[in-house]
Order: sequence, then C-alpha cells, then structure tokens
Amino acid sequence: MTDKPAGFDTLAIHAGAAPDPATGARVTPIYQTTAFVFEDVKHAADLFALRAFGNIYSRIMNPTQAVLEAKVAALEGGTAALALASGHAAQMLVFHTIMQPGDEFVAVRQLYGGSINQFNHSFKSFGWHVVWADAEDMDSIEKALSPKTKAIFIESIANPGGRITDIAAVAKIAKRAGVPLIVDNTLATPYLCRPIEHGANIVVHSLTKFMGGHGNSMGGAIVDGGNFDWSKSGRYPLLSEPNDSYHGMKFHETFGGIAFAIACRVLGLRDLGPAISPQNAFYILTGMETLSLRMQRHCDNAFKVAEWLSKNPKVAWVNYAGLPGDAHHALHKKYAPRGAGAVFTFGLKGGYEAGVKVVSSVKLISHLANVGDTRSLIIHPASTTHSQLTPDQLKKAGATPDVVRLSIGIEDVADIIADLEQAIG
Amino acid sequence: MNHDSYSTDYIRDILRNVKVIALVGASSNTVRPSHLVMQYLLGKGYDVIPVNPGLAGQALLGKTVYGALKDVPVAIDMVDIFRNSEAAGAIVDEALTLSLKPSVIWMQLSVRHDEAAARAEAAGVKVVMNRCPKMEYGKISGEWAWVGGNSGIISSRKQHMHESGKKQSLGLGVNPVKG
Repeated sequence: MTDKPAGFDTLAIHAGAAPDPATGARVTPIYQTTAFVFEDVKHAADLFALRAFGNIYSRIMNPTQAVLEAKVAALEGGTAALALASGHAAQMLVFHTIMQPGDEFVAVRQLYGGSINQFNHSFKSFGWHVVWADAEDMDSIEKALSPKTKAIFIESIANPGGRITDIAAVAKIAKRAGVPLIVDNTLATPYLCRPIEHGANIVVHSLTKFMGGHGNSMGGAIVDGGNFDWSKSGRYPLLSEPNDSYHGMKFHETFGGIAFAIACRVLGLRDLGPAISPQNAFYILTGMETLSLRMQRHCDNAFKVAEWLSKNPKVAWVNYAGLPGDAHHALHKKYAPRGAGAVFTFGLKGGYEAGVKVVSSVKLISHLANVGDTRSLIIHPASTTHSQLTPDQLKKAGATPDVVRLSIGIEDVADIIADLEQAIG
Repeated sequence: MNHDSYSTDYIRDILRNVKVIALVGASSNTVRPSHLVMQYLLGKGYDVIPVNPGLAGQALLGKTVYGALKDVPVAIDMVDIFRNSEAAGAIVDEALTLSLKPSVIWMQLSVRHDEAAARAEAAGVKVVMNRCPKMEYGKISGEWAWVGGNSGIISSRKQHMHESGKKQSLGLGVNPVKG
C-alpha cells in the first residue's frame, strides 16, 4: 500500500526536481526574475495572504530556490526547508522566529568561529542572549538552561576541531526542557549524518560548503523537522499566536508540520531579506546531485591524509574522529559511520611558526577561508576564521595558535599527501 | 486497510475522481484552516459544499451552507470532516445513511476514528484519515515543493498545469474535475 521510499542517492538527484511543467525542461531552469505575474487581483490577494501556493517576489520565494529547498528537506528527512543567502542568514532567521528580546539560548563552544561571533555580538544587539556550554559535558548544557531558554544549538561535526557531538544525548536534554534542538549539519551533510533521526528539531546548513561542494556559490538552509509542538508551551508566540501581519493567522495551526519553515520565510525572510539568488541556487543544486560520490571521496581522502599525518614525526597531534585512537571515534561510528567528514585539524611540533610555514609552502592545497570544496584547502584558524576570539575561546573552539585546519578535497590523495610532505619539509 | 500511511496512487485516485465535496465544519473565519482548504479546493475545480449548523442558510465563498449532510440537495462524492476525532464517528454514520452514499470519507489532519473508518469500509466507502486534501493535492501536483515542502514523491514525468489554465496552478494530470 505504501510507496517504497526512494534511496538517498536517488533523492539527491530527483527530489523536488520534476521536469518543468511549462517547458518540459529536464534540468531545473534558472528562474532569473524578480517577480511573477498575477492571474488577477484576487489571485494577488490570495498569494499575499498565504491563501494560495505561489510565487510573488524572489525575495520570498523563487522556483529554482524551491527545488533546492525541497531537495535539502528530502535529504535531511525534514518536512520542509528554506534556502537563504548564507548559513549565517539561516541562523539569523531561525533565532528571529524563536526568540523575543531578553530570551536566552544555549550553544556549545565547539562551533565555527563565525557562529561564535554572530551569537556573541550581533545577536546581543537584538536582545538575544547566548549562554555557552560544553559539547563534551552534558551537565554543562543542563546547567546552562534557564526559564528564559528557547533553544539549544550544536554542530554535528564541529568546525574546526572535527569533534562529533552526541546529538541524541543533547536532544534528550532539549526535549525535557521543552525547547527545540538546532543542529548545524554543514560539515557532515545528510550523507554522513541526519540529525532529525537522532532527535533534532531544526537543521541549519551553510550550503556553500559540501552541499554545493564546488566553492562557487554562497547559500544557506533551514530544515524544519516537523517534530516540535510550537503551541504547547505558549513560549513561541510567532508560531502559536495570531499574526497581525497576516490577518490573525496562527502559523502552527495553519501549516502544521511545516509551520516553522513557513514562518521563517514569510516573516523572517520577508522582513529581514537575506534571499539566495536563483543562479546560486542552481549551482548548489547541480553540486548536490553528486553529494554522495563527493562526500565519500572527501572522507576516504581525509582518512588517508589524517593517517599519514599521524605517522609523520614532525606532527605533534591530529584531531580526526576517523582515526581509531581518536577521542571521538565512537561517536563517529554512531553518528557518521560512512566517514568522519573531511575537515580536521593538526598541530606541528614546531608550533605556530611551523604551522605558518606549512600554510605558506603548499602548492596544490589552496590557502583560503572556506571548507567543503572539491579542492583541498588549508588555513590557520587562529589568525583568520577564529581571529576575533579570545585565547580561552580559541582553546575551547579547538583553534589554539598551533592549529592548522585542512579541508580535504577529491583530488588524487597521493598528490595531496605529497604537497603536505613538501610543505612540512 | 492500514491508515498509518497511504500510497500516492490511493490518494491521487481519490482526488482525481471526486467532484462534489461536503466540507463538514466549514468556517467563515478567513484565517481558519477549514476556510483556507475550502477556498483552495474550489480553486482546483471541486464543487465544495460547506456544512455547519451554525451557518446554515448563509453563503460562504459563494456557496450555500447546509446544516447537516442530509440537507445537501445533491449527491456527495466525498465528505471532508473538519471536526475533532470524537465528533467524527457520528458524522461518518450520518454519511453512511445518505440515500446516495459518498464514495470517500476524508478526516482532516489530527482527526482519526478507526472504528468509524472500519464501518465505512465495510459499507464499501474509501477512507483517508489524519490528512489534509489541500496538502495532498499540493504534494501530488508539485505545488508543495514551491514552499520548500518535502512531498516524498519523485517523478521523471512533467508536472501538469491545472486544466483551468490559471497561472501558478498545477493539476493532477488528468481532467476528472469539470467545475
């Protein structure tokens, strides 16, 4: 009776992407237009009042963007998704939908430096207060909770430390507290880990990284798990209470399991505006079709590079959960058994100076501030991505001064290793 | 049959073949889900007849409201129940006593009454529970993906513009509904 659900690789290619109804175009067209003609005045009014499905203006939705959203939602096992200009935009809209001025949320310190900045500084000016905890210590998360807490935020695989978070354990804490668990799944991608299956309620992405995968387009996404009761506690008024800007509509009542994604779009995106361009949505869509192939090669290469580094006498340490002796190896086997990702850190016995020398000496690997490209990338976080952090924050984020971060690409692994070998010297 | 999940073919077949839908629990409040669903289904060409004893005799979205299913003067293909699960049982029984029995009984999202469903099925009536026909129409036509929704449906077949020819309106691929 029930349809057999399509497999992950099939979804990566086909989800959301039926042939275009107007032209039959097989590949999703780039709808490079700002606006869409209405049938008549009534149709326009129905679209504006959310009484009909349909496009109005590309700041809110666009058909190319919609295919990307449906695909991300399908791969994550969510009910719906919203694609945005960047991962930072995704985080801003998630919290805009959840938080009121004066509210708190708990985040673990093991995060991308850009997120730490966003939470500590820009969010503070909105009156949203982050309370930091430690991903390694569940008690610290419990202790950080207060009656003002509205959400818990973690990364599945943390950037740059390569640590893997015990998602189910944090989900249990969130559930007990009656708050949603938000997981940044950028470094894992749903090919390696699907946080909603472990109890997450909302997943966010920087699509710029492995999802798009080619280092050519910025994008972000919010995935609605459809598994949180926004009306139960009365603490999420944007979702449970009548909304004045939509004639008193209650989002959770009206949109059920996709209410969060809809609210992020028609309130957050409508008013704050960080839309993704149709062109970027198209590039990311094209990249996502090969997500499984790329991620497996990324992980296989990363494992070989990490293994090689761990045996190099000039290397002091390697943080890669894929290595059998790593502190996060068991969590890797539980949450991301197909691979431990392709972003990890190592330190040289020569410390800061040796790290700088490697970053300056590579010839194949690119020295730049991104991860999740087909190309192998290298950076020194303490002086770049994490440079605004204090020494204590650097330590807790896994970005001490000797740390070198690698994002291993899908080149021939022998060439990547040879480049590191000549650079380490 | 199993009412925890339905095949796409089962739902598509229902939505392609019904024409007259009695919507029990219709609301005049324009932001209530029952109102939004009625309006959507009218736009897709279904003849939606609102049923609500409190609004009997009034007009809703251009359609006369009836107080009970038995008062509806035409044959009903599908009864769409916008009431809670407890109330659904009596509505199903009322539907089964109609001289022209509906072919489908549909209970909205969160509405489920397994005993009543079994009675309907024993009488040869198809049943859908805990689903919304607007959402299901959207998923099968492809409109659901316009809001980033995960329909669970993939296809290499071209989506179909709705037979009305209206802009931004997808249909189910055949032309069973002649509104």
